[in-house]
Order: sequence, then C-alpha cells, then structure tokens
Amino acid sequence: MEKNKADKYRYLTVNIIIVLASLLIALVLGAFLFLIAGANPFEAYGVMLTQPLDGLFGITEMLVRAAPLMLVGLGIAIAFRSGILNIGGEGQIMIGVIFATAVGLSLPEMPKIVLVPVIFLSAFIGGGVWAGIAGWMRAYLNVNEILSTVMLNYIAIQLYLYLLRGPLIDPKEVSYGTGVPQSALLPEAAWLTRFIRGFRLHSGLVIAIVLAVIVFLFLWKTTVGYRMRAVGAEPKAATYSGMNVKRNLVLAMVLSGGFAGMAGAVEVLGVHHRALESISAGYGFSGIVVALFGGLHPLGIIPASAVFGLLIVGSDMMQRAVEVPASIILAIQGLIILAIVSSNIFLRNPKLRDKIFRLLGGGKEAKIEPEGGRA
Amino acid sequence: MAEIIERLEMNHITKRFPGVLALDDVTMNLQKGEVLALLGENGAGKTTLMNILYGLYHQDEGNVLLNDKKIQVQGPLDALEYGIGMVHQHFMLVPNMTVLENIALGMYQRTRFKMDLEKVRQRVLEVADRYNLTVKPDAYIWQLSVGEQQRVELVKVLTLGANLLILDEPTAALTPQQTDALIDLLRQMITQDTSIIFISHKLNEVKAVSDRVAVLRNGGLVFEGPTEDHTAEDLAEKMAGREISYPKTSKKEEYGRPILQIEKVVAEGDQGTDSLQGVSVEVRSGEIVGIAGVSGNGQRELADVINGIRPVKEGRIQLDGVDISNRTPQQIIDLGMGYIPEDRMHEGTIPSFTVRENLIMKDYRREPLAKNFFLRKGQIDTHAASLIDAFKVKTPSMATSCASLSGGNIQKVILAREITRKPKALVAAYPIRGLDIGASEYVHSQLIQAREEGMAVLLISEELDELLDLCDRIAVMYEGRVLDVLPREECTKQELGLLMAGVSHGKE
Repeated sequence: MEKNKADKYRYLTVNIIIVLASLLIALVLGAFLFLIAGANPFEAYGVMLTQPLDGLFGITEMLVRAAPLMLVGLGIAIAFRSGILNIGGEGQIMIGVIFATAVGLSLPEMPKIVLVPVIFLSAFIGGGVWAGIAGWMRAYLNVNEILSTVMLNYIAIQLYLYLLRGPLIDPKEVSYGTGVPQSALLPEAAWLTRFIRGFRLHSGLVIAIVLAVIVFLFLWKTTVGYRMRAVGAEPKAATYSGMNVKRNLVLAMVLSGGFAGMAGAVEVLGVHHRALESISAGYGFSGIVVALFGGLHPLGIIPASAVFGLLIVGSDMMQRAVEVPASIILAIQGLIILAIVSSNIFLRNPKLRDKIFRLLGGGKEAKIEPEGGRA
Repeated sequence: MAEIIERLEMNHITKRFPGVLALDDVTMNLQKGEVLALLGENGAGKTTLMNILYGLYHQDEGNVLLNDKKIQVQGPLDALEYGIGMVHQHFMLVPNMTVLENIALGMYQRTRFKMDLEKVRQRVLEVADRYNLTVKPDAYIWQLSVGEQQRVELVKVLTLGANLLILDEPTAALTPQQTDALIDLLRQMITQDTSIIFISHKLNEVKAVSDRVAVLRNGGLVFEGPTEDHTAEDLAEKMAGREISYPKTSKKEEYGRPILQIEKVVAEGDQGTDSLQGVSVEVRSGEIVGIAGVSGNGQRELADVINGIRPVKEGRIQLDGVDISNRTPQQIIDLGMGYIPEDRMHEGTIPSFTVRENLIMKDYRREPLAKNFFLRKGQIDTHAASLIDAFKVKTPSMATSCASLSGGNIQKVILAREITRKPKALVAAYPIRGLDIGASEYVHSQLIQAREEGMAVLLISEELDELLDLCDRIAVMYEGRVLDVLPREECTKQELGLLMAGVSHGKE
C-alpha cells in the first residue's frame, strides 16, 4: 500500500508537469502571433498572467468567471465518466437562463431563502431535460450524442433569442421603444449575495464549490455514482452484472445538463440579475476544457476553473494594455485549449507517461512491467 | 532477404527489472529446421526472453549468437533484417484492409514513398506457394476466420523475410481443428529452411509440434531436451515445479432437484438468424453439466439467454422453479444466478476499476457493502481483503486496477465474486481459456467445490479433457442444437469429437 501511494504522488507530479509543459508550448506558439502583431510577447504575457492577480478587481472577476465554468465542468465530468459526451453545455446554459429568469420573474413576492433554491432547481430541471433529450436518443435510438447535443445547442440559442425579443423582453424596453433584447430585472430577493461592496464576486462561487464536493462524494461514495462510473468504464461488464446501461446514460446526461443549467442560473442571479443576449460567453464550451484540464475529477475542476477564469480576465486586460486586436486573444485561447487537450494523450497513455517520467530523471525507479507483473 | 539461420544461440542471458529477476542465466539454442517449444507458466520469463531476441528489451548480461556471429538486435525492424520474425498472440492486423494491404503495411517502412501492390502480391503468392499456406490476397481481414487470420500473420512475417519464427501462444484463439491444421502446417514449414520457436503452455500441442522443448520457471531454465523422451505429465511437473494432479469429479449416486431447466429455447444470434434452435438442457443441484462443441455453435447465445442478456424467442428457462425467460439481468442475478463470462476482460470485469471495485460489482447496493445509497468503505475493504485471501488473488493491493493483473488472477477475481455470492446456478463459459496449468487447476478445484456445495453448474468448453474431468453429464452443441446429453461414463473423446463435428453417432 505504501509503495502505491508514493507512486500515486509521483504520477500526480508528472501529470502536473505535463499540463504545465503543454501550457508553455501554447504560450510559445502564441508569442509568434504577438510578434506578427508587433507587440512584445513578454509584456503581453506578463500582463495576462499577473495583472489579474494584482488587485482585488482582477481576483474577484477571475472568481466570477470561475463559478459558471466550474458548474459546467462538473456536469461534463459526470457525463464523460459515465461514458457519454456532452458538447451541449452552451444550449443547456441557455435553457437554464430561461428557466431561472421565468421562475424568478413570476415569483416576485417569494422570500430569498425559498426563491433562490427554487430558481436553481428549475434551472437544473430545464438544463437536465434539455440534455436528457440527447441522452434518451443516444440510449434508445442510438443517435450519436455529440451530434445531437451540438444540434440542440442551435435550437436552444434560437429559442433563447426569440424569447428575449418576445415573451421575455423587458416591458420597459418596449414602452421606451429602445427594444434591447433583455429581460426585466429580477426581484432583489433572487439576487445572490455579493461579498465585497463594489465588486461582482457573489455567493455563486461558494455554491459551485459545495456542489463540486457533493459531486465527488456522489461519484465515489454512493452506489448510484459507482454504477454510473461502471457503466462509463465498461458498459458490457456493467450489463453482465445486472446494471441498466441505457437508464444510466440518460441519468448521466440529465445530471450533466442540470449542472450546465445551474451555471446559467448563477450568471442570472449572481452577475446580471436578468437575461441578456450574450450571457454565456462560451462557458458551455470552455467548461469542457475545464473538465479535461481538471482530469475529469470534481476536486481537480475547482482549481482548473480558477485557471481558466484567470485566462479569460487576463486576456481582457492584456488586450487593453498592449493594444493587440481582440482576435489574437481568441487565437491564443484556442492554442491553449489545443495544447491541453493534446496533453491528454500523455496523461492517458501510461507508456508515454513512463517515458516522460524517466526523461525527468525518475530513471532507475521507472516502472517497466516485467512479464511477471502482467502475464 | 536475410541469410538462412543455421544456428541461433542465446548464452547466459540475464535480465533484471526493478525488484524482479526476470531471466536468470538462461542458455538456449536452436538449429535450422527444428521446432523448439518454450514452455513455462505465466510469468516464467518466456515473453521476456523472446522480447530480447526480438529487440524489444536488451539483456543485462549474456549474448546472442546468430550463425556464430554476435548480434544485438535493436528492434522489430532490425530483427527482421536478421531474419527473425514474431507472430504475436493478439493479431496485429487492420480489419478493414485487405490481406495484401496488411502485408504491404509492414513493407512500406523500407520503400517510404512508393508502394507496388502487384509486387507485394507476387511475393505473397510465392511465399504462400512455397510453404503451402493458402491465403486470399484480396479478402478483407474482417471477413476471415481466426484460423485464416493466423495464416495471414504467418505469411506476413515470411514475406518480410523471416526464417526464424517466434510464435507466441499461437493456438490461444483457435478451435481444436484449426490447431491441428496449424501444427501440420508448422511441421511442413520447417522442411523449408525455417526454424520455429513455439511458445505455449498447452502440453498436447507442444508434444505434437516440437522437436525439442525448453522449460522456464521463475526466470530460470529448468529443463531442456528432446520432446519425445518426456510425457506431457512429466513436462507439466517441470513447468509447475511440483506434482500436478488435475482435479476430477467422481460419480455421485444422487443429485438434488433440478435447478436450471432450459426447455426448447429458440434465440437469435447477432446476425439475425436463429442461433439457438430449440435447446433443452437440465442441470440438477450438485451437478456439473458440460456443453461441448466448437465455439460459434450457439454457446455464447445460450449463456446470454440464461443470463437475460439476449431475449428468448421461444421456449422457457426456469431457475429453481421460477420462470426467468426474458427477465432483466438484474432480476436473474437476484434470483440466484452466477455467471463467469467468456470474455473476462470486458464482460467479467471492468479493467480500469480496482480489484476492490470489481469484487463488489454484483452486490454494491446490498448490505453490508452499502447502506442508504452510500458505499461503506470499511465493509468493502474487509470484503475485498477476505476474498483476495480466500481465492489467493495475486495482486499488489486491492486498489490495483484489474487491467494490470494476469489472466489467471482476473479469473480468480471473477470466481471469488461469483462463487461467494452462493448462487443456485452457475454458468461458466470457457473458464480456463488462456490460463496456465496452475491457474486452470485452481479454477477447476473451485468449480468442483461449487458442485459439492450443491450448485448447479453449466460448464461451456471446447476442451474435452476439461469436460471429461469435471462433468457429470455432457451435452454436445452443434449448429444451435444440443445433439445428445450423455452421462460421462458413456463418453469417449472420439465420440465427442465426432459429435462436435456434427456427425450423429450410430445409435442404430
């Protein structure tokens, strides 16, 4: 047992080194883009990675971004662990926003202690049902869930835009004739508490962290979580030991979409207090990267979402500081995503990992499986 | 083309892995035109030794002499330069490419940019003709039977210029008939300036195919000599380092009530045709009934319908008087069914899960392992520790993933899980396939133990020795039908062999 633990920590170190190295590669490649744009890459990166941490504003904004990323990432992790892919976070967030806004607006008299949980629950159900459609189609009609979740994104987004311009539009926008597509302001009882006056940091972050711990307990300490992981790891063996694979796929998708829906609720209740046209800022997709970056583990997703919050805020600041076109920021974000996703091949493949391990000087102790170990 | 290998010597080879002495001063040689069988239990060092010859590992001490010249092979491609080729246990073929394309795949590395399929075809046909290996160059791999795929592997290695072939457990996936055909083929091939190293732990085959035999045990060479001077039992003992007694059951006077009753069951196979065409078998408490037959005659479907994984189209299956046809797998498990599936890596266990997690797969919801939706770690650990101990599972810890265990130990994990649940009936599909002697012996003793405890055991196998050792009655399955259920005393190997080939025996 002792030796096992030591191994575990050694491999954890290797994993972290691999991830950091892949980040570095992305940044080096990105440096060329800065050079082309005529900016000093060192200066740009300096701003991007340090300025958000240099003051309360940057730190709080980073955490404001981290909360929805964490929730989406948790949902993605549940789905991936259960053997089904959810690329539909974006659409599920939209549905969550619709449910949160509609419920919030229709219950103006409710006290906060009831209203906030009710809104979260309805956003969870909204996102869950939306994702559940894809889960059901995969389980019972054998429709590829990558296609169906992506297609459901389009439907959700158009539905959202329609509702914001029609039934959900702020009556004031209509009466003033400005017609900005946004909903009315939610009753104050629905707003999440802000911790520091003048900053947007709100209790959504705490909710997300608590949920991360709950997801961890759910997946590793409960019978349902065990079953979902079993179904995800080897559906055949799960079937042979009596588990209902199809039902578990649907359940996994519902939970996954539910978390994305709650991310939508967090944005409405914590940040904007209403539904806006571009409320999600791509969290549905970045959430996938956060989940992978966090090793599909709830407790890894907490720091991973902070890192991505930092990247989002940092690149905003860098854009202003070194005056490069916004599109370069997007390109660099893309590079980072590519690098991290590619680093997965090293994380997943024990042989490659061992090689790196040895390169890093783990030499003599490296684990080569002798025949006696495997055969 | 590499020069003909007249003589190969491996002298004083020693190889250490961290904490393990994998090979200890092993000396071995091989002459042109002979088959050397390399015997040993799993973990004895056979594969390590061959990997050194093949250049995948380098020895720590000792040397390899090829035609009296010292060589150090750097890798598989280099090995082929010397004329050494290896056929792995698991075929290395691309299923949706043709035979020709697969063979060309191994050649492209030398020509880089140009690939002349016609030239490849010529070479392949030449080789096939010379060694009398019939292959269909334009067939896709997925269209071929396992035996045919094996031939493709042989042709591939020969076409690439090998004249020393290393065959790593070549018969693991073959039926008895295909095995016989392979043995004939190998005997023929050695007349063509080829030599063969045949790795196996199946003694019958080793007796039939090899000229000389070398036995490894715990990394050391314990025996080397001509095959014909030693009996199979003799070799088995050398391999295991102790006396091997295959456990056998003896005739009982009385059996219990019927537990598993299969009545005229019809079920579809994966191709949509009826793979089971009215199968009836009954297993009583305390009885082992064997299903003999060449695999692919409906055995998989039979095991599936009993366990609720495949729908029953017609007929009825009863477990201790309860109709279980078309119930869900969960319901059938709850009613007292145990199952040791054919594919232990994908059906029997979850490879990425730990041993501990695999041991609770069927009882994870039940007390004492769980309470109110929560798994109880303490109970689960105790459970795992006691099963690992009772079934002698060799694993570094209960938190080791099943994927890193040997086949025998994975099978022990499955046995432990299934038998300790005390099911009324147990279906065991090919339980010793690919296991070495020690592990097979253990699995058999456990099945016999289950019989003694009154379980009704249905044993599906194509190894006649296994069936004749264990079963009270034996049924032969052929093309979806059970031809005859005979008491063991009335069975002979020849007769069963004929029945397996579909020849109904002369009942007059």
